[in-house]
Amino acid sequence: MKLHRINALLIRHLYMYRRSLPRIMDIFYWPVMELLVWGFLSAYLTNSNLGGINIVSVLLGALIFWDILSQSQKSVSVAFLEDVWERNLLNIFVTPLRPSEFLISTAILGIIRIALVSLVMGLLAFFFYSFNLFQLGFALLPFFLNLLIFGWAIGVVIIGIIMRYGTQAQILAFGVIFLVQPVSAVFYPVSALPYGLQIVSRLLPSSYVFEGMRTVIAGGEVLSSNLLMAFLTNTAYVVLSLLFFYGMFARAKRRGLLLKLE
Amino acid sequence: MSAIIEVKNLRKEFGRAVAVDGISFGIEEGSITALLGPNGAGKTTTIQMLLDIITPTSGEIYLLGKLLRSHREEILAQVNFSSPYVSMPNNLTVWENLATFGRLYGVRNLKKKIYQLAEMFEISDLMKKWTSSLSTGQVTRLNLAKAFLNDPKVLLLDEATASLDPDIADKTRKLLSRMQKERGITILYTSHNMAEIEELCDRVIFLQKGRIVDDARPADMISKYGRKDLNEVFLHIARGDNESLNPNI
Repeated sequence: MKLHRINALLIRHLYMYRRSLPRIMDIFYWPVMELLVWGFLSAYLTNSNLGGINIVSVLLGALIFWDILSQSQKSVSVAFLEDVWERNLLNIFVTPLRPSEFLISTAILGIIRIALVSLVMGLLAFFFYSFNLFQLGFALLPFFLNLLIFGWAIGVVIIGIIMRYGTQAQILAFGVIFLVQPVSAVFYPVSALPYGLQIVSRLLPSSYVFEGMRTVIAGGEVLSSNLLMAFLTNTAYVVLSLLFFYGMFARAKRRGLLLKLE
Repeated sequence: MSAIIEVKNLRKEFGRAVAVDGISFGIEEGSITALLGPNGAGKTTTIQMLLDIITPTSGEIYLLGKLLRSHREEILAQVNFSSPYVSMPNNLTVWENLATFGRLYGVRNLKKKIYQLAEMFEISDLMKKWTSSLSTGQVTRLNLAKAFLNDPKVLLLDEATASLDPDIADKTRKLLSRMQKERGITILYTSHNMAEIEELCDRVIFLQKGRIVDDARPADMISKYGRKDLNEVFLHIARGDNESLNPNI
């Protein structure tokens, strides 16, 4: 065993870490995000009177909904990355394919993935914990739709970032969604967040969906104003994500970056 | 004969570097033209601008008589491209890859088309194989089959026969030549195999440092420079014997 060879590999990785923000983020990101999510949840459980609420249902519902948001985002980002990893982007974009068609195909892929995820998780939750996802009734449709759209918009932004910064940013495809988790009120209400973060939370469509889900599970009704806010904020994110994507796509074509992505 | 590819004052800058420096040329329908030049001459950048994968800094590209930047979709439906340096998804079978691209190009009677091309490029027995299991030569033939899926009017081939064994390379050249004669396809070709260029191409456009330094039939170019073959002409121009360069271009 030669120390100099081990050292060489160690330094080789440190070279990359030194100049790669995504890699540095990866070190600190997960522990911080987990601390925030579970810390806020603990505070919520400690300070709340949960008399009428089935906490298992709330957590299971939150988990299933969270996976829907996360699957939607990944279906977009990973669909793009698949072609990057396979060095197939050039073949794809020299066909008459429009970027909009590429994005729509990823959205449809997202719907398929969401259908599968909700089916499998819904069945497992029912058999193991007697949690019926369909107790949410017709509210499920706008909830799912909003999570699908928000996840898609985040995925589109990630594609733009990868086109701009290259594959060193691909780690974002798997991690950036967790940036919105603490402020999406996934496992606890918006009121459990500090005031400043409550404002951020209200700007995210996901927070209205998770609040709505908890309300329905507790026997209440979803406020149409909340659904409206979810759709309005989603519309803004979709517009912004598309502007960002097209800007980055045009820039990548000007700089010849599409060919350098591998 | 009309120009099916027309490039006017095409220029591409990457920061301060000029990759293509205001070139203009026209390519006649049904011809095979070679774009030659040393590494960094601007061949690949030119081809990528013709495929709209790189946006020119200035200048215009007309393909099939239409402006590329305003008729991209219509034009690219009738153009195709092949390069051994561009991969196809390894986690798909040969059939799945061809079917995917066939669908992207909206090919009719796709199954029949795929089997015809598979026979032509001798990949019929590979249809159910994973693309990851193919040899380099087999991948090149798969790429070429992909390039003919949409019956292109213009075909851009970047070192199409690189990594093929002499037998398959010869068959491929003959096939390209036959396809060009039968279907009147216009082919723009880059290669570092000068014998291949002499055999296949009607015309050579020689690029150096982003500019066209010569443009002639291969035989005329050889005789003009007083060399025995195109390989010697290439070395002569690439090494910068500027006295011999055509001053009229």
